Amino acid sequence: MMYNNEHFEPVITPNVTKAGCETIEFYIHNENGFKALEKALKMKPSEVVDEVKKSNLRGRGGAGFPTGMKWSFMPPNPVDANGNPKPKYLVCNADEGEPGTFKDRLIFTKTPHRMIEGMIIGGHAIGSNKGFVYIRGEWFKETRLMQKAIDDAYAKGFLGKNILGSGFDFDLVIYKGAGAYICGEETALLNSLEGKRGEPRLKPPFPAQVGAYGMPSCVNNVETFAAVPYIIDKGWEKYAKMGTERSGGTRMIGVSGHVNKPGVYELPMNLSINEIIEIAGGVKGGKLKAVIPGGASAPMLRAEECDVKTDYDSLAKAGTMAGSGGLIVMNDSVNIVEATYTLLKFYEHESCGQCSQCREGSHWLARMFKRILDGGGTQDDLDYIAKICGNMAGQTICAFADAVTGPALSSVRKFRGEFEELVSKGGLKGLGKEESVSHKLEGAHV
Amino acid sequence: MLSERIKNTINGIRHQFPTEQALLLPLLHEIQNEYGWVSKEHMKDAGDFLNLPVSKVREVASFYTMYRLEPIGKVDVQICTNISCWLNGADKVLACAEKKLGIHNGQTTKDGKFTLTQVECLAACGTAPAVQINQDYFEQVDEKMMEDILEKASRDLDEGKVVGKSTQRDGVWP
Repeated sequence: MMYNNEHFEPVITPNVTKAGCETIEFYIHNENGFKALEKALKMKPSEVVDEVKKSNLRGRGGAGFPTGMKWSFMPPNPVDANGNPKPKYLVCNADEGEPGTFKDRLIFTKTPHRMIEGMIIGGHAIGSNKGFVYIRGEWFKETRLMQKAIDDAYAKGFLGKNILGSGFDFDLVIYKGAGAYICGEETALLNSLEGKRGEPRLKPPFPAQVGAYGMPSCVNNVETFAAVPYIIDKGWEKYAKMGTERSGGTRMIGVSGHVNKPGVYELPMNLSINEIIEIAGGVKGGKLKAVIPGGASAPMLRAEECDVKTDYDSLAKAGTMAGSGGLIVMNDSVNIVEATYTLLKFYEHESCGQCSQCREGSHWLARMFKRILDGGGTQDDLDYIAKICGNMAGQTICAFADAVTGPALSSVRKFRGEFEELVSKGGLKGLGKEESVSHKLEGAHV
Repeated sequence: MLSERIKNTINGIRHQFPTEQALLLPLLHEIQNEYGWVSKEHMKDAGDFLNLPVSKVREVASFYTMYRLEPIGKVDVQICTNISCWLNGADKVLACAEKKLGIHNGQTTKDGKFTLTQVECLAACGTAPAVQINQDYFEQVDEKMMEDILEKASRDLDEGKVVGKSTQRDGVWP
């Protein structure tokens, strides 16, 4: 398919369907692997940072912060109080857990060396000799595959001392999380990496000043690192051209929910949501009702709003966000209140509990949605939901509270009729629907 | 007391981290893996081993979902019921497992074989519904597959086999 974009070519996934694509031999022989590293090591670190800056690569973890700029925040020669040089750390955020997002897992299992190469280049660019890959704890197999990939890269001399005779040293170490969604937030991740509770930190100081183990650190997403070798190899212009004015390259979009061909698709950013659903085989089992465009935290869109393009700025203009590229499709058999409650009980469980607005707010919201489903809701509840959300968003240490209000507020605003119907008819029972089995389990709400 | 195997594994990665406390998550993972849960005694041992007060160990162990502070069955049946799995029939899979095992979420079968746990997103949304059996993922699970998984796990346990740890290599971190 041409996607109406003559510049487009897959950056990360050109070969992920081929046998043996995860091996270092395949990467070296078939994908020009580690050639970008060779090139980057001959460049000055500042030149590498400039190249990434000009490519318009933006962070793929959710916030969409320009990567080159993040790298340029790293102090060149940090010293401690005694004048001794401080180490700098590069951290890969592989705590993929945003509901609807599963792209990083594909990179881990199919093209891990692309990410490793990106990290080594990143280490050179920011002057770090040590990288950590923070992986979500549930990924036992994926963690071991990544460890194998790292071991292979050491064996070939791409990691360790004096890489490719350049005098640059870089070590890569895996760290496993233990089942906490909040550790995907970069400062929570840093706390977790230090062996502490994964509670987000107040900023400033930013990680570039005080990061992992008190040292200047830079945290980037798996997909972000995986895009770096292409940028260095083919040049920033080619990468930038593929994207929009303010955001270069391609995006890995994970399409899930009610579509015929769910999966990860690497696509240009000038496609609309409708076009992406078409690429993923169309809506399954009914007509399109709603889409969550960027992982669970992104406000949902009604079917008629899905003509919007999927770059960061277009989605922001549409009142939602590109987030982590998890596109969740819902057909017209779905009750939006039920679907939103599914998300809210997730947030209720995952709130770290530091800030009361978020700890209490996510709990209240889940309970109110449950009450509406059970037939105890009132008309006032609908306004109260908005009020609670107003007291959460922007009031806390991290953006988790904002994420909770994404689905909660957008569902009430855009599908108010369904809430009112549940209120007036006495909940799901009044609609002749049975309560979802998985919703029964959190019986403590009632 | 912590086993020699655990101590050796953790000592083997000690040089990779600037602080002792950084070893706490790996150590708790090893304890969880070997004993199936993290008891108060284990927390004390972990504190002794890493020179940390037991309060520090406890606050960390209680924060993360994967560390179980109560004993569980030999096979932890973790069913994702978050949005993409829920849209694709996770409810049916959950109901099937409940019926087959005769227990609800968070409970353990009387024979100590199975614990049923409802979990949040496993990042396998494109192949929903996803189920994790101890360490192993199963994807696009339907009721038939759920039954088969449970029956096979039960047989394997009877034969003394390790269930759901197909990629693990003993004594090797991670």
